[in-house]
Amino acid sequence: MARSIKKGPYVFHKLLDKVEKVQASAKKSVIKTWSRSSMIIPGMVGLTIAVHNGKTFIPVYVTENMVGHKLGEFAPTRSFKGHSGNRK
Amino acid sequence: MARIVGVDLPRNKRGAISLTYIYGIGRSRAVEILSRAGIDENIKVEDWSDDNVREITSIITNEYKVEGELRSEVQMNIKRLMDIACYRGLRHRKGLPLRGQRTQTNARTRKGKRKTVANKKKVTK
Repeated sequence: MARSIKKGPYVFHKLLDKVEKVQASAKKSVIKTWSRSSMIIPGMVGLTIAVHNGKTFIPVYVTENMVGHKLGEFAPTRSFKGHSGNRK
Repeated sequence: MARIVGVDLPRNKRGAISLTYIYGIGRSRAVEILSRAGIDENIKVEDWSDDNVREITSIITNEYKVEGELRSEVQMNIKRLMDIACYRGLRHRKGLPLRGQRTQTNARTRKGKRKTVANKKKVTK
């Protein structure tokens, strides 16, 4: 079931604070976060957010098209490289 | 001759069924269109008058996205997912199911015909 409109998009509150701080400062530093379930909101466009994939932080440069998706969608948690026999 | 938005409708079928031959129109839309045009859905296509055809064509072209336009919209949505490199986009690129289905077995709709691996070890009891 979809989330209620009344509540608005879910963004982890500490991440939201950091996004506002970085957007206010001139220098766009990378924000590290574990909050993969946070929605990408228009305020994040242009930032680089390092999203944890369970092992390392994957830097994600947020573009306008990504708004409405979750941060975790851009940091894959599995790394399947193909079976041993499959060489192309 | 019933030719609507570039698709030839089968002449010997009921109107509601016939309209579903258009990409983007299924059973419920077909019934909706016919009732709006004031045509009984059980009337066969060959018995439609020219006025009926004109009416249906105008409803479809004005209010629904069908055929090429719809296909290109779907392709654009898929392309967007692939361009932003999100999980669903990556699955589209690899030709695997997008919505968390298992892939150890099944998933043949996305993966296509089975590709047998030569000399794969059989499980022996």
